[in-house]
Amino acid sequence: MSRTAERNPEVRELLERKYRHGFVTDIESDTLPPGLDEDVIRVISARKDEPEFLLDWRLRAYRYWREAKEPSWAKLNIPPIDYQAISYYSAPGPAKDAPKSLDEVDPRLLETYDKLGIPLHERARLAGVAVDAVFDSVSVATTFKSRLAEAGVIFCPFSEAVREHPDLVRKYLGSVVPYRDNYFAALNSAVFTDGSFVYIPKNTKCPMELSTYFRINEQNTGQFERTLIVADEGSEVSYLEGCTAPMRDENQLHAAVVELVALKDARIKYSTVQNWYPGDEEGRGGIYNFVTKRGDCRGDNSAISWTQVEAGSAITWKYPSCILRGDNSTGEFYSVAVTNNFQQADTGTKMIHIGRNTSSNILSKGISAGKAQNTYRGLVKVFPRAEGARNFTQCDSLLIGHDCGAHTFPHMDIAHPHAVVEHEATTSRISEDQLFYCRQRGLDEEDAVNLIVNGFCKQVFNMLPMEFAVEAQALMNVSLEGAIG
Amino acid sequence: MSAPLLDIRDLRVSVENKEILSGLSLEVRAGEVHAIMGPNGAGKSTLAQTLAGRDGYEVTGGSVLLDGEDLLDMNPEERACKGLFLGFQYPVEIPGVSNMYLLRSAVNAQRKAAGKEEINAAAFLKQARAEAARLKLKPELLKRGVNEGFSGGEKKRNEILQLAVLKPRLAVLDETDSGLDIDALKIVASGIRALRDGRRAFVLITHYERILNLVSPDRVHVLAGGSIARSGGAELVGELEASGYEPFLREAA
Repeated sequence: MSRTAERNPEVRELLERKYRHGFVTDIESDTLPPGLDEDVIRVISARKDEPEFLLDWRLRAYRYWREAKEPSWAKLNIPPIDYQAISYYSAPGPAKDAPKSLDEVDPRLLETYDKLGIPLHERARLAGVAVDAVFDSVSVATTFKSRLAEAGVIFCPFSEAVREHPDLVRKYLGSVVPYRDNYFAALNSAVFTDGSFVYIPKNTKCPMELSTYFRINEQNTGQFERTLIVADEGSEVSYLEGCTAPMRDENQLHAAVVELVALKDARIKYSTVQNWYPGDEEGRGGIYNFVTKRGDCRGDNSAISWTQVEAGSAITWKYPSCILRGDNSTGEFYSVAVTNNFQQADTGTKMIHIGRNTSSNILSKGISAGKAQNTYRGLVKVFPRAEGARNFTQCDSLLIGHDCGAHTFPHMDIAHPHAVVEHEATTSRISEDQLFYCRQRGLDEEDAVNLIVNGFCKQVFNMLPMEFAVEAQALMNVSLEGAIG
Repeated sequence: MSAPLLDIRDLRVSVENKEILSGLSLEVRAGEVHAIMGPNGAGKSTLAQTLAGRDGYEVTGGSVLLDGEDLLDMNPEERACKGLFLGFQYPVEIPGVSNMYLLRSAVNAQRKAAGKEEINAAAFLKQARAEAARLKLKPELLKRGVNEGFSGGEKKRNEILQLAVLKPRLAVLDETDSGLDIDALKIVASGIRALRDGRRAFVLITHYERILNLVSPDRVHVLAGGSIARSGGAELVGELEASGYEPFLREAA
């Protein structure tokens, strides 16, 4: 019997009961005790009625992860993480009674979404957005399914996709981010509990923007989301991911994986507003956010565009990337990363030019305040056969105050003699002149800072869908509260 | 006689521990236009920056009342909301912040301070466009980032646009006329004249006679050696053109 099972009677009991029934239900939540070994993975997989291939894949990922080392190349100061102190599964309410419609959703849960400014009913209806809300690790509400179904679009919790569309999952899962890709991707592959799955059929434009809100609720619950979006030939989709997390004292680990596959002539636009709890003003608490996001422009003339607004988390380690495999494919990365107090962000992108006439565009805006450290790290790689490859990179850093840092590490690896690769970078301090000018017109200091910062970020905000752009601005203002004082 | 709108008494200001203003007194009443002239380094811009509350201008003595309230006790935005406007000598660029957005934010900040509701966006835009047209400011400059890529003359006219929309009680214009060609100068002067009424007052800081010929000040002051060396009516302008500042420098010393 494994160590975890020895230590945890609950796990032992579950194993002995062959995972048929619910976990020990602690009030309304259904949480696996802390610890990670093969038995825990078997429990997760069984709990989700997964097919054999997926369990095998998880176990291979786990074995790889067990031997792997945490990466240390980022400009981040990461406190040691005790992976055995983390619980790897948590579901709101006994999973057997998962609600099938909004009416069945716990009203208190809906109330929480309201507090986060996500009135599910109105939002979904008014904005025409289907919302696949994730509470802790299990999706609890999905709307607008029928309209999407009419178009042949599949948009569902990952675990449902595993049950309903196992062939698609099997074909594409891990095909962009293999479990061996990196330490955190391996961990995610071993223990992911849920996430979203999207499939857009051939020559279909998704009739609405797809949106998922994530949040962490349980204490000490790691979040291991897995998202897979497949845009079949000639299709198009815009996907929005937004995160908020409530105040929390203990550090929480978040290691998500997002895979995008764009086949011939397909377009995927993926937008994120990330606002996990950043820790307090003294640097206590906050989310550790280790995310692997990658898109594969697998077919000719395909396009993948990432837009991110990274405002939260104590530590952000994230490089949404594009593999430009198809000829004439394009990759875009638009990013605003704001760090305040003791936050650390090491984020950027990789643009891998393999196909001919591939082009990529990178626009990164980093804002650093308080004692925060903000790093842009990018790679532009052009393969020998990538004739006609083009890249333009612009990295701008804005410093607020004198105790923060901005760093830029642009790597270029160009193997084609005629590739056109351009890089521009600026670093500036928010100027006293600008602040005073705004204040002389009547704006208080905080509004003046917000105005200037939002101006700095505007090119990126313009890339966001409208309602997200508004949220993003509000978020910047909240994130920089007290940055000047 | 009514109390002055701006009442500066024996003002002493140091910058980096060097005294720039040493006992400056000035009274400006509602409805008046005052011109402040003087040689470079006399402290004209220091006066403007001090009135607006810029950091680094340390008041070591004296008092300044705006409408009877202690101006020196207020932070820059409070002064602005009380009706003090500074037309900057070198208006700063704020990339990405649309010119109209800043101006509307300013209008709303000032309305909020006065306990008024936010301005109707459409009404604001209409007003701003009309004022811009009067100042012959290209409409596209309203949408562009604040002063971003503006020519020198456009920046100055943009200051006057803000003045026209914000309608302050007291406008201190720091060399707004410098670097303008005669056409731009006429436009700026007409912008000032249009706002001139019994409630408002202007302090024009300038090196040149030509704007004063277009605006006709009620009072002209010569600032030299850190205080007002001489005050007079509009006729003083002609005298200065003839004699230069040399006699005042000697007087101040």
